[in-house]
Amino acid sequence: MGDASIVAERSAGPATAEGRTPVSLAALLANLGPLLALLLAMAFFASRSDRFLTGANLSLVIQQSMVVGVLAIGQTLIILTAGIDLSCGAIMALGGVVMARLAVINGVHPILAIALGVLTGAAFGALNGVLVTNIQLPPFIVTLGTLNIAFAITHIYSQNQTITNVPAALTFFGNTFRVGSTAITYGTVLMFVLFGLTWFVLRYTAFGRHVYAVGNNPEAVRLAGININLLLLLVYTAAGLLYGIASLLSVARTGVGDPNAGQTDNLASITAVVLGGTSLFGGRGKVLGTLVGVLIVGVFRNGLQLIGVESVYQVLVTGILVILAVTVDQFARRRQQ
Amino acid sequence: MSDTTSNPTPVLEARGLVKRYGHVTALDGADFALYPSEILAIIGDNGAGKSTLIKALSGAITPDEGEILLDGQSVRFRGPLDARRHGIETVYQDLAVAPALDIAENIFLGREIRLAGPLGFAFRMLDKRRMRREASDHMRDLNIGIRSMRQAVETLSGGQRQGVAVARAAAFARHVVIMDEPTAALGVKESHMVLGLIRQVRDRGLPVILISHNMPQVFDVADRVHIQRLGKRVAVVEPRNFKMSDAVAIMTGAMAGEAISRG
Repeated sequence: MGDASIVAERSAGPATAEGRTPVSLAALLANLGPLLALLLAMAFFASRSDRFLTGANLSLVIQQSMVVGVLAIGQTLIILTAGIDLSCGAIMALGGVVMARLAVINGVHPILAIALGVLTGAAFGALNGVLVTNIQLPPFIVTLGTLNIAFAITHIYSQNQTITNVPAALTFFGNTFRVGSTAITYGTVLMFVLFGLTWFVLRYTAFGRHVYAVGNNPEAVRLAGININLLLLLVYTAAGLLYGIASLLSVARTGVGDPNAGQTDNLASITAVVLGGTSLFGGRGKVLGTLVGVLIVGVFRNGLQLIGVESVYQVLVTGILVILAVTVDQFARRRQQ
Repeated sequence: MSDTTSNPTPVLEARGLVKRYGHVTALDGADFALYPSEILAIIGDNGAGKSTLIKALSGAITPDEGEILLDGQSVRFRGPLDARRHGIETVYQDLAVAPALDIAENIFLGREIRLAGPLGFAFRMLDKRRMRREASDHMRDLNIGIRSMRQAVETLSGGQRQGVAVARAAAFARHVVIMDEPTAALGVKESHMVLGLIRQVRDRGLPVILISHNMPQVFDVADRVHIQRLGKRVAVVEPRNFKMSDAVAIMTGAMAGEAISRG
């Protein structure tokens, strides 16, 4: 007795390293659902409007999505650790005002101004991280607080003034280049690069795997000898850095440093993450799913506009999609337990 | 003790451990010895100092007095990580795995292998292929027949998950594997399977310390049983020539320990 090969109940063959894993229908739906939803939405709008599937329009959809897209990358990292970040939009607005004011009013070299604006984002991210790890406050409360702090600092510092006439370096990522007849914004290229980079880190580095593990079972991560506080601090700081980069994209897209930028972008980024199939309970999800989620929101906004539906219906559709996405996630989780 | 005459130096030994928490003395001069290639179970009533002893041996606490020796050398563990660095691995009752990660990633959690060359150095890229291959070897060593190391741990049964935890401990332990109530969260059949794994680990040459409340399991699998009472080791018995009811009697104080362990 005591034969350990009883473990092999479900698979009689010998252990091998590679080999396909059995996939449940729910898991498959959770994986491919977002992409399917995106393709269906695109097919629908293409059938209703001739202008939808043109290069110029699709390029516009992506360009309109690039700020929320980059914010949503940071949001994905934090949600994977079972956290949430309400402060991302406010941090982004602060970064934008910092870089625009330094460059325009203080005459700081534009490149240095950009660097300081981006670093402001990273510093706020680090503040979130310190509050979540050292003082062990729930991320929801921490980022609700820093949302208000960043918002207030933005308005005090900018004196409620939108900063115009920013130097060319700050709007570089709003410029376009042509591929055939389609104009593509540099900022969208940067967004795709950042998605690719984050995908690589999450999938192929120990840090990335630890991000999933800590959202999954923090106790197991601690017992494995991993410094959870350092890990979370790095995650929140990296997210802040991404918000700082989003500041630059926002300034580039609008051409101004706007203290009122990004006020609903925190919810928009969470929506994109959830639509992309990442679980709000942490430990499960994909950053490329978030890219799909961002595009779903962008396609609905653009498509409904094209076919002449009032913008309030876009909000309605987004709400329904979010609830659908979370429902699918719940079913997938229940199936696995 | 009767059963140590033929044995060499203990792999892990403790002499006169004392640990006090305020007015409570959890360990009151406790001794302990684990010999090569044996399964040593620790039993004791609640408050006997069982878990304090294990915490001291796995580095989770530092005893106030007494000495711990690893392979005859005096050691002081500065924490669980330090004990791990000394080759002592622990398997916990609550299945300390990350469910969404695959088997290979769980076995190497916190000890990942990076690719050799620039990809690993500059981009910190993991050698997933090698991790899966080695994970597969470790699982096969214990006769755990799971087809793919890419399978997420959450798709496994409770027993199989504990199998992953045992494989991880066995893979990295150089001296001792501590199993802290490894079957507490499992059903009868799965517990039976994990007991099989414990034997496999011993048969591969690693001594095992088993903490369990389950007397039949202890008497089924252990080579020797350390009985802890009131912060001390009161007896060490061999299940093959000792009655379970007598062990329980010593454990509860109904029977004196020292006299019997000699007999």
